[in-house]
Amino acid sequence: MTHLVILPVLLPLVAGSLLLLAARLGDGVRRAIGLAATFALLPLALLLLARVTDGTHLVYALGGWAPPFGIVLVADRLAAVMLLLTAIVALASLVYAWTGDDPLGSQYQALFQFQLLGINGAFLTGDLFNLFVFFEVLLIASYALLLHGLGAQRVGAALHVVVLNLVGSALFLFAVGTLYGVTGTLNLADLARVMPLLGPDVAPLARSGALLLLGVFALKAALLPLGFWLPRAYAAATGATAALFAVLTKVGVYSILRVYPLVFGPGAGEVANVAAAWVLPVALVTLAFGALGVLGARTLRMSAGWMVVYSVGTLLVAVGLFSEAGYAAAVYYTAHSTLASAALFLVSDLIARQRVIGGDRLEVADSMPHGAVLGTLFFFTAITIAGLPPLSGFIGKLFVLEAASAAPGAALIWTLLLVAALVVIVAVARTGSALFWRTAGEVPAGRAPPLDRRAVGATAGLLACVLALVAWGGAATSYAWETARQLADPAGYVAAVLGADDGVREHRRSLR
Amino acid sequence: MEALVAIAIGVLTATGVYLLLRARTYPVLLGLTLLSYAVNLFLFVTGRIVVASAPLTDQGLEVYPDPIPQALVLTAIVIGFGMTALLVVLALRAIRDTGGDHVDGGQR
Repeated sequence: MTHLVILPVLLPLVAGSLLLLAARLGDGVRRAIGLAATFALLPLALLLLARVTDGTHLVYALGGWAPPFGIVLVADRLAAVMLLLTAIVALASLVYAWTGDDPLGSQYQALFQFQLLGINGAFLTGDLFNLFVFFEVLLIASYALLLHGLGAQRVGAALHVVVLNLVGSALFLFAVGTLYGVTGTLNLADLARVMPLLGPDVAPLARSGALLLLGVFALKAALLPLGFWLPRAYAAATGATAALFAVLTKVGVYSILRVYPLVFGPGAGEVANVAAAWVLPVALVTLAFGALGVLGARTLRMSAGWMVVYSVGTLLVAVGLFSEAGYAAAVYYTAHSTLASAALFLVSDLIARQRVIGGDRLEVADSMPHGAVLGTLFFFTAITIAGLPPLSGFIGKLFVLEAASAAPGAALIWTLLLVAALVVIVAVARTGSALFWRTAGEVPAGRAPPLDRRAVGATAGLLACVLALVAWGGAATSYAWETARQLADPAGYVAAVLGADDGVREHRRSLR
Repeated sequence: MEALVAIAIGVLTATGVYLLLRARTYPVLLGLTLLSYAVNLFLFVTGRIVVASAPLTDQGLEVYPDPIPQALVLTAIVIGFGMTALLVVLALRAIRDTGGDHVDGGQR
């Protein structure tokens, strides 16, 4: 099964194209194709995970072209776990979309598949330019999904997102061009090998390219000051789409985690640790603003959007330590935060559907029918995302705190992390009491839509995965540590992609 | 030659950024277009400027341009074109749905 690595990219591509062709077929058929293709990603991701869990890098050279020349896909531990998370969230989100979003427009299923194509491709690519291409694929699908259902609010939010991301793409290309101009390669492994060889004359150029790239990734990951677009956009999207978007910000985080330790790590000579001075301060600011945003949000969806900013901040604190412990914490926290944020968006949407008068506004309104079910779902999601024991948020936060304890400035990091966590707990408690306790009167019978079992099932499924992160916490943390070890040792990645053969590369260098 | 291209890229970028900061969608769109021209030109010259030579390698040719930036530029042009088209449609839709061409919606 050497072609296993490319299947998570091929499958959504084929399914999405098929869905475009099948536009005349009924909704049922298209939904079945979409669900089957999304479900199939799950065993694929598990299979990949099983193959890379012993530390091998699966390298797939497209068309058989040898790595520094051709395009490669690389699956390692980090990529495999991200693929698995994407598959889980996508499945839950698509099942949820079945209950209300997908009938709003004609091409929802096809767009959903193209979105998955972009995300999976970005996780697997071993090449900077293809990272750009897959970013664009996932972005253009995400614009369409964000606009799904239309309306002034969505169009307004989408306009901001599209313009910002187009600027981001331009900067990405400037960065890619600069790095190519300096090094003559775009393959990540090859970049990692060339970086230490750069002389002091071109190192400033490489450094500016690297920092430009960091800016682009920060925009995708919604790090402040580049992340103010996120809460409004995610709040405007339909529930299922917002849940899938919980993965999108993680693509930015993944890119930082993939590129910086590998290419600009401690062994990169003149450009070593180029991002180290920037990521941590920015992450701390993001964390603080995210917590305040959650506290100040007036609607449930806005609060969920700020919660994403807050959790990206926490995550980037772990990444910004640029240490093995930090990477391990980041991997665990990514898994937790992706699943929990997606669940939060689904719960918010469920609640907004059930509150006939109040919608998702955090004010006194009618009590909900099915309050017990929704309340339970909200309670579990809230304690997960606020980082209260015994769920994965607590373990994740502990992991980050422990990783930060060895870093310089640990006191500041701890204070900010803990105070922000407290603010979020207060905010979430206030949200919960506003929604479920401070109610005024019953809804006239029959006005609230019936509670959809599939929608509840999709949300509960995500929460079950969060529980699994705790129940099998030992396995999850040891996987996170193994992944961190792999990330901290770029030599393994380079050797797996380029092999021991120096002849090809020497030939290439002599050409320039 | 290098100075000329560098100045051209700089002017395109500056104009693009200026227009991008305007409050109406049409100037923003033009700004993004100019910025993408600047990007394309920049990508093209990352392979170094080679004058009076074959576009690709030929037998016995000592100096020839790097073909990779050309391929990158082609991809970037296609993607940029698609994205611009999407933005045009979105801007028109925003005028219809929000009642104005201000970037925050409405007339302001």
